[in-house]
Amino acid sequence: MVYGPHTPDDRSRMLAALGIGSVDELFDVIPASVRARPMALPAAMTELDLMARLRSLAGHNRVDLASFLGAGVYRHHLPPVVDQILLRGEFYTAYTPYQPEISQGTLQTIYEYQSLLAELTGLDVVSASHYDGATATAEAALMTCRATHRERVLVSRGVHPQARQTLETYFAGANLAFDEVPLVVDGPAAGTTDLAALQRLLEDTARPVAGVVAAQPNVLGLLEPMDEVGRLAHAAGALFVAAVEPVSLAVLAPPAAYGADIAAGEGQPLGIPPQYGGPYLGILACRDSLVRQIPGRLVGMTSDADGRRAYVMTMRAREQDIRREKAASNICTNQALCALAAAVYVAALGPGGLRDVAATSAARASELAVALADAGAPRLHPGAYLNEFAVRVPDAQAVHRRLLHRGILAGIPLAQLEPGDASLADGLLVCATECTTAEEIELFAWALRDELGAAPGATGAAGGEGTR
Amino acid sequence: MSVTGPKLQPTLFELSGPGRAAGRRIPAPPADALERIPVAALRESPPALPEVDEASLVRHYVNLSQLNWGVDTGFYPLGSCTMKYNPKVNEWAARLPGFASLHPLAPDETAQGTLELLWELERDLAEISAMDAVTLQPAAGAHGELTGILVVRAYHRARGDLERTEVLIPDSAHGTNPATASMAGFRTVNIPSAADGGVDLEAFRAALGPRTAAIMITNPSTLGLFERRIVELIEMVHAAGALAYMDGANLNAMLGRFRPGEAGFDVMHFNVHKTFSTPHGGGGPGAGPVGVRAPLIPFLPAPRVLREPDGTFRLERPGERPASIGRVRGHVGSVGILVRAWAYIRAHGPDGLREASDDAVLAANYLRGRLVAGGAFEVPYPGPCAHEFIASGAGLKRATGVRTLDVAKRLIDKGYHPPTIYFPHTVEEAMLIEPTETERLDTLDAFAEALLEIAREAHETPDLVLSAPHSAPVRRLDEATAARQPNLRWRPEVPPAPGPR
Repeated sequence: MVYGPHTPDDRSRMLAALGIGSVDELFDVIPASVRARPMALPAAMTELDLMARLRSLAGHNRVDLASFLGAGVYRHHLPPVVDQILLRGEFYTAYTPYQPEISQGTLQTIYEYQSLLAELTGLDVVSASHYDGATATAEAALMTCRATHRERVLVSRGVHPQARQTLETYFAGANLAFDEVPLVVDGPAAGTTDLAALQRLLEDTARPVAGVVAAQPNVLGLLEPMDEVGRLAHAAGALFVAAVEPVSLAVLAPPAAYGADIAAGEGQPLGIPPQYGGPYLGILACRDSLVRQIPGRLVGMTSDADGRRAYVMTMRAREQDIRREKAASNICTNQALCALAAAVYVAALGPGGLRDVAATSAARASELAVALADAGAPRLHPGAYLNEFAVRVPDAQAVHRRLLHRGILAGIPLAQLEPGDASLADGLLVCATECTTAEEIELFAWALRDELGAAPGATGAAGGEGTR
Repeated sequence: MSVTGPKLQPTLFELSGPGRAAGRRIPAPPADALERIPVAALRESPPALPEVDEASLVRHYVNLSQLNWGVDTGFYPLGSCTMKYNPKVNEWAARLPGFASLHPLAPDETAQGTLELLWELERDLAEISAMDAVTLQPAAGAHGELTGILVVRAYHRARGDLERTEVLIPDSAHGTNPATASMAGFRTVNIPSAADGGVDLEAFRAALGPRTAAIMITNPSTLGLFERRIVELIEMVHAAGALAYMDGANLNAMLGRFRPGEAGFDVMHFNVHKTFSTPHGGGGPGAGPVGVRAPLIPFLPAPRVLREPDGTFRLERPGERPASIGRVRGHVGSVGILVRAWAYIRAHGPDGLREASDDAVLAANYLRGRLVAGGAFEVPYPGPCAHEFIASGAGLKRATGVRTLDVAKRLIDKGYHPPTIYFPHTVEEAMLIEPTETERLDTLDAFAEALLEIAREAHETPDLVLSAPHSAPVRRLDEATAARQPNLRWRPEVPPAPGPR
């Protein structure tokens, strides 16, 4: 036994107490025909060998490259205090706080997380967490169907494709319908949600719409006319779901300000490492009036028998262990420790620090846009952006590959993110954060210019600054 | 109400003061950083986030952590949750920069280490379960259930079998099973338990038919019993054209002893945060990989991890497996958790895993025997049990008025986390006790003694039990007011005075 305490003598004492000669007898109940054959697994490793193998595997990943990858997952400065707190065994080896008297630590941290996200989103109800941004978005869309008793949702193609695909899977299971709202193809609003198309889709009265989902910023990094989307949704009796990026909420208008009924988003930028996809943090928040529709755990403040302030999981009649097949969702295990990371991160930065992260990222992105345009890769869309945008690069996938061999992760080819969309085929989606250095930007621009064979400034006419 | 008792903490918001936030962590942005953003898209006023210095912040969280109970604190016999020790080397592993800093959209050639680990873990889990393939994507057990049942749905539909609208679920199942069936568009048919705790075969036979898509079985059951009639059950399911789903929540009872694929199960999920000791995190994150038999592989969610003939690894490309149910989440999985599970499996090897289950079952039976001998609680099903067992406080309640809830709260005073209580719903005043394989014999003895002592207290000084806990940071909570007048976010009780700061 690798981590257990039992000596052969302990086992003998337990067997003797049970009056049996071998532990095998405890498994006699398994019918002989279905007892396991031996497992062909690699032999046990010592801790020394295990650590060597893990170091070797981790070493086969390339995390030393100049990276401009984003698309919902961002490399931000991680204050060491965040991970130090996560390593408190009392937090990370605890279960769901079903016994509140000895779980006040977890419960208060979740309550504080709910409160911090309520400040950022402007929405009063925040679930204790969902799996990730994609599943939170799908759950938000399902909420709109439950709340309106309608069975169709409209999703902007500006919402991250992985969230749209997850929503599609969830909706197929629930026998619900969804339609995608296209993006404007050209002109000043290119790359943002096509409001005229949205209006037409909402007018199909035979198929009334439960909710409209749009992202701010959208997957192309562009700022959407969220108030307009919300106005159209509400005029048709639909709810409005905003898919948001939480760091941006330090500077951008909060979802409540533009009329969103529900906000969903990927919480990874709040102090959680990229980790090749997870564990992340699904943010889900809603207006007070939707509190009975929100899935997942909620922590409330109350008092104990002596009148002391205390916290407890509450409104549990929505949950699977009580309601079973009538529950709002099947969610049980959530991402509590990731919510703790987000809370510590936000508190460690403070309001000014979080604003600085968003604003410095935006400033670096401006520098990147100028440098890339100068290198021959102008922005693909003219609209306003925060810290991420698409650039036009002929034969983008091949150029992306060649830049990789020069040590540059040149963002994400849009043909890979949105295959089949001809208007995006020549696009690279790039981002900058406060971690992006001037040297990295210079290296990227220099290598790109070299790849494109363009003279400095030759094709930079479309400009990197976008509209003001 | 008072804000703080012993060690209780004010909220972050109450620790806040203007200008108190920790020093500059990142470079200041230029003054015009946001000037290119249209004003309409910007916030009108900054969010009212707390400003706290780092030392106060650390004390806040360290003191909060000390209000918690974790496996690192002490015994945590929470039935069906497998609260075993979480090895520290696994925390180290997941934090290696090569794993932690890798972006999920990084090209395959820059992610070979993680892809290799994931590919190996898929194979290991397939070997452990005798399933033909495994997807690592689901983020939790319930998410694995949803994935598995959507795969079942896709399988039937692909065969043109559209009439299968029901999922059969024993009444002792976790609530996630019926909630999952609903999310996947199925109707739940509840199957009562037989007197011996197993599935009632006659009720099962009566419910099974051409409308049955699948049966979801937790094995061993939530009563801590191996399903004795498993062979007949699965034969009947298959004869009816339905599929057999195994909820793997209790797999820690059976590593190396029972492999679901060999018994004919078609789909199952693993809870790596139970069986493979990735920590529970105060409620998550976990991971819920799903294993399937060969006919179901085409329907697994995308993307899968593939190995090329040249030994390199890659992610499946969009549309490469057209019958897939699609995506169930962003990216490829909760990789940071899966690294820990891989490390746990490698540290044990096949013999170590079997020994872990053997010790878990031995410890549960030993503890069960102690309680049977003590006589104060009913232990309703004949032994042996699997890795956990049911005890009932029904008799104690009738004799003394002390309920299982009170016993649980009094256990806190004795220095233990209570077991799972009032679950499964089919047993009156239930306690579901799972000691796991990582608790010392003297801990098991002392815990049994504590339970028996509480039973004595229930007779002699019932008020002491009824008003427990007495030594916890807080006493019992007003849950009714919390639900009736929900306070789900901090608001300053007194609005800040208007005017200049």
